[in-house]
Amino acid sequence: MIEVDHLTKSYGKNVAVNDISFTVSKGEILGFLGPNGAGKTTTMRILTGYLPATTGSARIAGYDVFEQSMEVRRRIGYLPESPPLYPEMNVQAYLEFVARIKGVAGADIPNRVDRAMEMATLKDRRDELIKRLSRGYKQRVGIAQAIVHNPDVVILDEPTVGLDPKQIIEVRKLIKGLAGEHTIILSTHILPEASQTCDRVVIINRGRIAAVDTPENLTTQLKGSERVQMEVRGEEETLREALEQVDGVTKVDIEPIESSDHLKAIVESESGTDLRGKLAAATIGKGLELFELKAVSLSLEDIFLQLTTEETAQAQEATVSV
Amino acid sequence: MKGIIAVYRREMGSYFVSPIAYIVIGLFLLVCGWFFYRILTFFIAQSVTAQMRAMQMGAPPAMDVPGLVIQNFFGIVSTIILFLLPMLTMGIYAEERKRGTMELLMTSPLTELQIVLGKFFAALTLFLVMLAPTLIYQIIMSAYAEPSIPWAVLWSGYLGLVLLGSVLVALGSFISSLTESQIIAGVATFAVFLLLWVLDFGARDSSSTWSDIVQYLSILRHYDDFSRGVIDTANVIFYVSLAAVGVFLTQRSLDSMRWRRA
Repeated sequence: MIEVDHLTKSYGKNVAVNDISFTVSKGEILGFLGPNGAGKTTTMRILTGYLPATTGSARIAGYDVFEQSMEVRRRIGYLPESPPLYPEMNVQAYLEFVARIKGVAGADIPNRVDRAMEMATLKDRRDELIKRLSRGYKQRVGIAQAIVHNPDVVILDEPTVGLDPKQIIEVRKLIKGLAGEHTIILSTHILPEASQTCDRVVIINRGRIAAVDTPENLTTQLKGSERVQMEVRGEEETLREALEQVDGVTKVDIEPIESSDHLKAIVESESGTDLRGKLAAATIGKGLELFELKAVSLSLEDIFLQLTTEETAQAQEATVSV
Repeated sequence: MKGIIAVYRREMGSYFVSPIAYIVIGLFLLVCGWFFYRILTFFIAQSVTAQMRAMQMGAPPAMDVPGLVIQNFFGIVSTIILFLLPMLTMGIYAEERKRGTMELLMTSPLTELQIVLGKFFAALTLFLVMLAPTLIYQIIMSAYAEPSIPWAVLWSGYLGLVLLGSVLVALGSFISSLTESQIIAGVATFAVFLLLWVLDFGARDSSSTWSDIVQYLSILRHYDDFSRGVIDTANVIFYVSLAAVGVFLTQRSLDSMRWRRA
């Protein structure tokens, strides 16, 4: 549905988006994850035809975003970072206006507006002036505006920014409900959002793509090693000896837990191994008391930080893992 | 066409919920009414004096009071709109850019020309709404006028005002499209209009080649004929083409937004 091919956008010497390529298939939710200023908004603006790319191309539903901009614009709904609202209009009149400029046939407008308001649960606010709505409702009007003409592709720039936790959950639910019928690209700098809502994640940093994969794959792929965390009471030296003699262990970190005589151990092993049983046996075999033992996986947060702190992260990775 | 109408309708809707349109229209009518009253009383007094003198001297008075009133009134109105229209045009694009709604318009399947024309005709309609009540003055005057009102002069004067207004609206919206700040747009438009006015004022009484050129370019100068009841095609074409240039420049300006750093 969306094909982005070696897209670059530079403002003078400043390269905002540097040679990025990815594809999104129909019905998928793609998350754009990256720190602020990574080039997420620029990429989205290029896809919507708001900005031209410097080099490279992008196609939506087979139409080039630059050459066949009108065809593309008919097929996309776009929610910019701040919802493009006319405060003096009421919700229904605003959505009708958007439907009209998006080229919805006159006879279909009432239906489409009704449907959009229903999906965004705005029906009880239809006569309210937009300027009197709360931030969360404004955001919903913004989303309703992006889907009112039933576009193939919906592009949402930071759809949950500035909302309270309850509203965030509602908006995420709304976005998930849109998938299947629509292809969705959303950007965020919040990791749980990407892992919860998106089918696939593009991690973008300083205009470059750092990784593209499903949230689960990203976690396993980049983990590189398995980690087990243990809580034990006993001598540190004995524990270290016991753990290090287990086959497959690559690294053992032990540190005392504050305000108790317990020790916390992090044991790393090659990826694909599960040493929990052996580690428990080895610990108990040395007469140590085992309080807790669990496998810990790298969170998307860790991966994100690793990928986006670039060189420093690479150097660290070399020493830390495998 | 559908796109133009959609933009036009939204624009009209928002004009009539914003206080600025009412303030400008109110101010315009107040100032116009006051000037009309002053002009009317001045010429009535003049004609009374002339009549008295004629009775003493014996020569018949030849004073067309309604004609003089209309001609002077149009001269004043054309200057007033020069100062008031910036307030109507300053927000046309600046406000959209500031609110981020420009991004909505620019990512919709609308051409820049559709956006520009929709907004241009909306602003022009508002100008007509502002102008229309001044017809009441003429109707009241016509009820008592002797000799009767020169209707041809009246209509050509209004035609001229509409043409002049469309040039000013087109220029004002172009300036508004250059900035995100309504205030800057308003002040800049005001400065440009003031310059047009000063140019006209300065060039009126001198007679060199330069002043001829300046006079030809002065938009107020072309209005003089209309206020005298002369509809010269050259003047009509001058105004229409200037308005077209304004619309074209605005369209280019919107187009260039894509290429500038947004």
